[in-house]
Amino acid sequence: MAWISETDLGTKAVPAAPLVTLSIDGAEVSVPEGTSIMRAAALAGTGIPKLCATDSLEAFGSCRVCLVEIEGRAGFPASCTTPVAPGMTVRTQTEKLTQLRRGVMELYISDHPLDCLTCSANGDCELQDVAGAVGLRDVRYGYEGANHLEGCKDESNPYFTFDPAKCIVCSRCVRACDEVQGTFALTVDGRGFASHIAASQDEEFLSSECVSCGACVQACPTSALIEKEVEKVGTPDTAIVTTCAYCGVGCTFRAEMRGEQLVRMVPWKEGKANRGHSCVKGRFAWGYANHKERILNPMIRETVDQPWREVSWDEAIAHTASEFRRIQAKYGTRSVGGITSSRCTNEETYLVQKLIRQGFHNNNVDTCARVCHSPTGYGLKTTFGTSAGTQDFDSVMQADVILIIGANPTDGHPVFASRMKQRLRQGARLIVIDPRRTDIVRTPHIEADHHLPLKPGTNVAVLTAMAHVVVTEGLADEDYIRARCDWDEYAEWAAFVAQPERSPEATEALTRVPAADLRAAARLYATGGRAAIYYGLGVTEHSQGSSTVIAIANLAMATGNVGIEGAGVNPLRGQNNVQGACDMGSFPHEYSGYRHVSDTAVRESFEKAWGVALDPEPGLRIPNMLDAATEGVFKALFIQGEDILQSDPNTQHVAAGLAAMECVVVQDLFLNETANYAHVFLPGSTFLEKDGTFTNAERRIQRVRKVMHPRNGYADWEIVQLVAQAMGLGWTYTHPSEIMDEIAALTPTFARVSYAALDEHGSLQWPATEAMPAGTPTMHVDGFVRGNGHFVVTDYVPTDEKTGPRFPLLLTTGRILSQYNVGAQTRRTANVVWHPEDRLEIHPVDAENRGLRDGDWVLLRSRAGETTLRAEVTERVAPGVVYTTFHHPETQANVITTDYSDWATNCPEYKVTAVQVSASNGPSDWQESYARQTARARRIAAVAAE
Amino acid sequence: MMSPLERLVYMANQIARNFAAQGLDVAALAVADHIAAFWDPRMKAQIFAVLEGGQGAGLEPIAARAVALLRDRGAPPPQSAATKKAGGSDAG
Repeated sequence: MAWISETDLGTKAVPAAPLVTLSIDGAEVSVPEGTSIMRAAALAGTGIPKLCATDSLEAFGSCRVCLVEIEGRAGFPASCTTPVAPGMTVRTQTEKLTQLRRGVMELYISDHPLDCLTCSANGDCELQDVAGAVGLRDVRYGYEGANHLEGCKDESNPYFTFDPAKCIVCSRCVRACDEVQGTFALTVDGRGFASHIAASQDEEFLSSECVSCGACVQACPTSALIEKEVEKVGTPDTAIVTTCAYCGVGCTFRAEMRGEQLVRMVPWKEGKANRGHSCVKGRFAWGYANHKERILNPMIRETVDQPWREVSWDEAIAHTASEFRRIQAKYGTRSVGGITSSRCTNEETYLVQKLIRQGFHNNNVDTCARVCHSPTGYGLKTTFGTSAGTQDFDSVMQADVILIIGANPTDGHPVFASRMKQRLRQGARLIVIDPRRTDIVRTPHIEADHHLPLKPGTNVAVLTAMAHVVVTEGLADEDYIRARCDWDEYAEWAAFVAQPERSPEATEALTRVPAADLRAAARLYATGGRAAIYYGLGVTEHSQGSSTVIAIANLAMATGNVGIEGAGVNPLRGQNNVQGACDMGSFPHEYSGYRHVSDTAVRESFEKAWGVALDPEPGLRIPNMLDAATEGVFKALFIQGEDILQSDPNTQHVAAGLAAMECVVVQDLFLNETANYAHVFLPGSTFLEKDGTFTNAERRIQRVRKVMHPRNGYADWEIVQLVAQAMGLGWTYTHPSEIMDEIAALTPTFARVSYAALDEHGSLQWPATEAMPAGTPTMHVDGFVRGNGHFVVTDYVPTDEKTGPRFPLLLTTGRILSQYNVGAQTRRTANVVWHPEDRLEIHPVDAENRGLRDGDWVLLRSRAGETTLRAEVTERVAPGVVYTTFHHPETQANVITTDYSDWATNCPEYKVTAVQVSASNGPSDWQESYARQTARARRIAAVAAE
Repeated sequence: MMSPLERLVYMANQIARNFAAQGLDVAALAVADHIAAFWDPRMKAQIFAVLEGGQGAGLEPIAARAVALLRDRGAPPPQSAATKKAGGSDAG
C-alpha cells in the first residue's frame, strides 16, 4: 500500500450517542453528542490547525491554535475542548482567527530553532504544517530574547532522542505516557517560562522510569522526541501494515519504509489488538533482522563436532530429504518428527505439520506451546469446548473486577497491560494472585484490592479455596449454572469444594495466603460485577497446570462470568502465534481445529485432500521425542524457529536427546543453542520478509505483510515446500494465501478465513460466521461450544518437586519487558541496555542468611543442575522464593529446571524448582564446558578461494 | 533423573492421582482414555509391558487398572496404513 499519512481527527471518538447536527463553515455536520468541534470539523473534511491535540489523547486545550468562532458565544473557544451542540454555527477560518493563530505561532516560533531544512522531522512536523496553515511569514518579536535553544539533547535512550530546544511543551508526550501507556514517567517541570518536559526526577530518559514504549515519540508534534533511525535515514516514503512478531498481543504496525529500508515501526491506530499503542520490543527492537550474526546461507555437517560447511540451497534441501528418508528406512517410520514454531506464521506452521503427517507418515509433530499453553488447550476444551480464550482485548474496558493469576502483563504483555491499567484507573477492582509482587500490584494510580502471594505450586488449592467461599457463602450464580451447565456435575463439584478441608482456613498453612484475604478476594470476584480472569504461564507451567486452567473455568462458570463482555477466561499467550500454532494442528494428537487424529471422518478429509493414508495414532510430544532419542529409537528432528535447548526444561536432558539423533535440522535466523547439536542449518526469514498470518491471544487472525525481500533468499514457507518437494510431495503453493485457502477448506473454525476477507475486515476473530463475518469477540454467548459447561473436580495434588535441607528455596522463572523468550531476537538489539544479563531475585532475609549482597555472583543449584548469575536483593519476591529470567544462554536458567511436568500435557513445571543459593566466585563447570562446546559448534569452515 | 521407562510409569501414576478424586472405577476409565488419546503406540506398548512384568513395577492401583483396561481394548497396531506407506519398519 502506498504511503498514506494517518488522519488525525484531533480528539477521541465518543461512545455511541444520539446525533447532533451543527453547521461548520456553512456545511451541515451530524456527529454523536459529546464530540468536539475539532473532531466534527475533521470528519467533515475541515482541518482546524492544532498542536496540543491528537486523537489518541484527551483534549487539553493549551496551545490556543485551534480557536474557532461560535455564533452567539463570546470569545474564541478552543475547538478541541468545546463539544458540539444542536444548531451550533461554527466558523473555523476568519480574519480574526487567522490573526490570533498567527500571534500564537509567532510566540512558539520565536523560541524554536529555524533549522527546518536540516531538521530530522522536516516534512513530518506538525509545527511546520501549522506555521504554513496559518500563513506565518515573520516573527515580530525577533529571536534574540530569552529562549530554550541551548537545551541539552538527551540521547541516552538507544532508540530515540529528546531535544528540549525543539520542544513546544504541548504536553502530548506527558499525556501519552499517562493516558496511553500508564507509566506516568514524564511531567512538565517548572513554572511559566521555566516549564520543561522532565523524565522522572529530571533524569535522563534511560535512567528514568520510562519504559520506552514510544507513545511519547509518536505523540510529539515536532522533532523534540524522534526516532534515531529517522535522524539517521530520513523520513519514510511508504508504509505497509503488518503484525508484530513478539508477544501474543499481536500489535499491528505501519512498517514505514524508505525503499527496502525499514525506518520505523509505528503502531497502527486501526489495529484492533493494540489500538495504536506499542511496547519497546515491537516498536523498536527489530534490528535483529540485520544483525551481523544472522545466517544467510544453508549449511550442513556430518557430525556436530565438525565445522559447518556452507552449501547451496539445492544441496541442503536434497541432503535434508535424503537423511530423513534414510533414517526412516533404517529405524522406522516413527523414528523422525518435527517441531513447529509459534514465531512463524499460521501458513508455515500448517506446512510443517503437513510435511510430517503427509511426508513423514506419522504424527510426531509438536510445538513450543507444549512448554507454555498446552494446559490452556486441554483445560478450556474440557470445560468450555474451545481451546482458546473467551474474549477480545476490548472486553477488559467493560470489566468491573480483574483477576490476574500467574501473569505479569506489564512485562509480558505490555500493550494489553496498558489497556488494563486504563480500566483500573477508571475504577475497576483488581485481584492479583502471584508469588511475586508484580508491578501491577501497585503502580501509579492503581493499587490491587488484594494481592495473594501464594506459595509456588499451590494454584489449585487457592482456586479451590476461592470456590469454597463462593459455594459455601451462597455466591454461586445458580440460575446461570442451571441454564448453561450440567447441574449434576455442578452439584458434585460444589460438594467437593465445600468440604471443610478445602476452605481458606484449612489451606492457609499450605498456600501461605491469609484466609481472610482469600475470602475477601473470592467475595469480590463473585459479587463485584463483571469479573474477568487473565492468566499466564504462572498457571500453566506447573505439574497441575491443566487442573489450574480447569479450576479457573469452574470458578468463572460458577459465578456466571463466561459468555458476557467484561468477563471470561483469558489466557495471555506468550509468543505471537501460540494460538495459531495450536489451531494449525501442531500437536501430535490432533489436526487443525483441534480434531483428534483418531477421528475417522476428520482423518479421511485430510487423506482425501493430501492423497495419502494418515496415521490414526497420536505421535510423540517433545519430551517424549527426547526420551525416545536417548533410548535410540528416535533419530531425526526438523525444528522450525524454536530453540529447545535453551527454552525447554532440564537442559542436560535436552542436550542428551539431541546428541543421540543422527540428523537435527534447524531452520532459524541465528545459530541458536539447539543448532550446537544440528547437522543441517536452513537460514530462516524474519517476519518483515514474508507474507502470512498470525493469530493472537484473542483468536484474532491478522496479516503479516512482506515489506522487504528475504535476505536469506526464501520465506520460511518456501523452504518447507522445497523440503516437501524433495521428499516427493507435489506441493505447488505460489503464495501463502493458497495455503490459507487449504486450511480454510479443511478446518471448520477457519471456514470463512481468506486473505480477501482479512483485507476486507482488517482482521478476523475465529470463528467467523455468516452472522458475524468479522468473527466472534465473545465466545459462548448463547451457550458453551461443547453444549453444557463442564464442571470438573480438581483435587490439589502437590508437586513432587519438594524443598528440603539441601534445596530449601523455590525457584520460579519468568521474563522481563525488554527481552523476549530465549532472547534470540532481543539480545541482538539495543534492548540489552535494559537487561544485559539474567539476575536472581532473592528476598533480603534469604540473602542475609547466606551473606549475599546485591550484585554478588551466586551459585544457583537444583537437583537437575547448577549455574551462576548475579543476585538482585529485592522484596518483590517473598522469603523462600527466588526468581530469574531465562533470556541469556550464558546463564541457561533451564539447566536448573527439572523434568517434572503437567500431568495432562507434559507442560514443564518451570515455576517450581527446589534450589539452594550460595556465594560464588565464578562460572559453574557446566557453564565453562558449555561455552567451549558452543564456540566449537559454531565454527563455519572458510570457503576455499576459487 | 528418571529413565524413560521410569518416566512413563511416573506419568501414568501422575495422571491417575489427578483423577483419583473421582473414585477408582471412574478414574481408571479416565486414565485409560487419557493414555489412549495422548500416548504414542510405542509408549503404550511399553506401559503394557510394565504391567505384564507381573509386579506392576511401580504402577499405582488406578494407573494399573487403567493400563489393564487399555490393554484389554487391544493394543494399537505397531503399523498403520500410513506408517507402512513410508516403507520403514516401526521403531516401536
